[in-house]
Amino acid sequence: MAVLEVQNLIKKYNEVEVLKGVSLKVEKGETLVIIGASGSGKSTILRCINQLEKIDSGNIKIDEDLMIKEYKKGKAVYQSKDILKKMNLKCGMVFQNFNLFPHMTILQNVTEPMIYVLGKNKEEAEKEAKEILEKMGLQDKAKAYPCDLSGGQQQRASIARTLAIHPEILFMDEPTSALDPELIGEVLKVIKTLAEDKRTMVIVTHEIQFAKEIASRVIFMDDGKIVEEGLPEEVIDNPKKERTKTFLQRFRKM
Amino acid sequence: MNFENILNTFEILFSGIGTTLQIFIISLIFSIPFGVLIALGRNSKNKVLSGMMNLYILIIRGTPIMLQIIFVYFAPYYLFKISYDRFLAMILALVLNYGAYFAEIFRTGINSIPKGQYEAAFTLGMNKKITFFRIILPQVIKRILPAMSNEVISLTKTTSLAQVIGVTEMFALAQKQASYQFSIMPVCIAGIFYLALCGIITIIFHYFEKRLSYYKIV
Repeated sequence: MAVLEVQNLIKKYNEVEVLKGVSLKVEKGETLVIIGASGSGKSTILRCINQLEKIDSGNIKIDEDLMIKEYKKGKAVYQSKDILKKMNLKCGMVFQNFNLFPHMTILQNVTEPMIYVLGKNKEEAEKEAKEILEKMGLQDKAKAYPCDLSGGQQQRASIARTLAIHPEILFMDEPTSALDPELIGEVLKVIKTLAEDKRTMVIVTHEIQFAKEIASRVIFMDDGKIVEEGLPEEVIDNPKKERTKTFLQRFRKM
Repeated sequence: MNFENILNTFEILFSGIGTTLQIFIISLIFSIPFGVLIALGRNSKNKVLSGMMNLYILIIRGTPIMLQIIFVYFAPYYLFKISYDRFLAMILALVLNYGAYFAEIFRTGINSIPKGQYEAAFTLGMNKKITFFRIILPQVIKRILPAMSNEVISLTKTTSLAQVIGVTEMFALAQKQASYQFSIMPVCIAGIFYLALCGIITIIFHYFEKRLSYYKIV
């Protein structure tokens, strides 16, 4: 059974369609990687699933819950607050620009949602947060503030913070795009261990080589539509569609 | 001008500093929450409300504060034959005026927090209240401290306008003494009082700025 199902999703910004009917499924434990040129709508899919953008048409299903209850006169009517909150908590989002809370230490960044969203007590939260930080290789940065960390460390901290709410599905929106080239590796390494742990993940990335290494499935998007979908060795190594070929060729040349 | 004379003047002015401080502190206490309300109104999605707040800020910023003080005290009298306490009128005028200036500081402070902070809090499941009080507000306070210290310091000096509606605070006494003694000395002593007060406020703000300097806003 799919944990996540996106059904014929359409999203418009001021009458411009950025998603033109996208459907996809994510199975438990798989790592879905979405690639494609800038502006192809990759990030918008993640933002719609995480309720950061309103949907114009279509639906999103997480486990048994549908995000849109019904359509009234062509307008989407969202589910009740409780259901939306439940769906939101099942999704964890890692942002391109980390978005860590600058006034809190790394440890506090991780414990904050544990205490104020999940209702854990402080000791319990700190104990668990330290374990997560250790997994991310940040145990000695617990007391540091985000501004004292390198970009790679910040992104690992933001992954740790997202893991704090135990999301069923982890979404990553270009997690390495804001990083210096020499810092990309450490973040990819951490993501790789998460994939090996069989965490359900949806990752938008420009790192084609990396996509090939960790993806269970790859989706190539162009102009708001899914052009090609399949195993990484199919889509990346032997693309069938002309559009996919030209896109990947550009990467090979680089 | 002898030493005893100076000491004497000091004593007379000191009797007025209580009123000056009262005007300053009471106005400050009430203008901050009033400013928050105006800022929220201006940020509101309700176009009528935000338009009204815009107009209010325009009027307050576009007219002299002395005019506002006179208006607040005399308008009820000329229009409805109601006269009320002069001290209260001075406080009211300052709250109305500084509330508008504070509102602009709060609004720009709130709006300067990157959207990503709200988005991160939202995807972590935080509700609006927790997001505002735990994530946004602490960062806003850090950002607005320097601008706030400017306005608060300006407020200490604006109290001296109380005399235009006949409230006798420290500066009114200083002027009276100046003409009575035919000397500039009382006015200079008043200046020393204001300087000392602003010095204390500056120290307090620096203390808080320093306490919040442990992190940088990215």
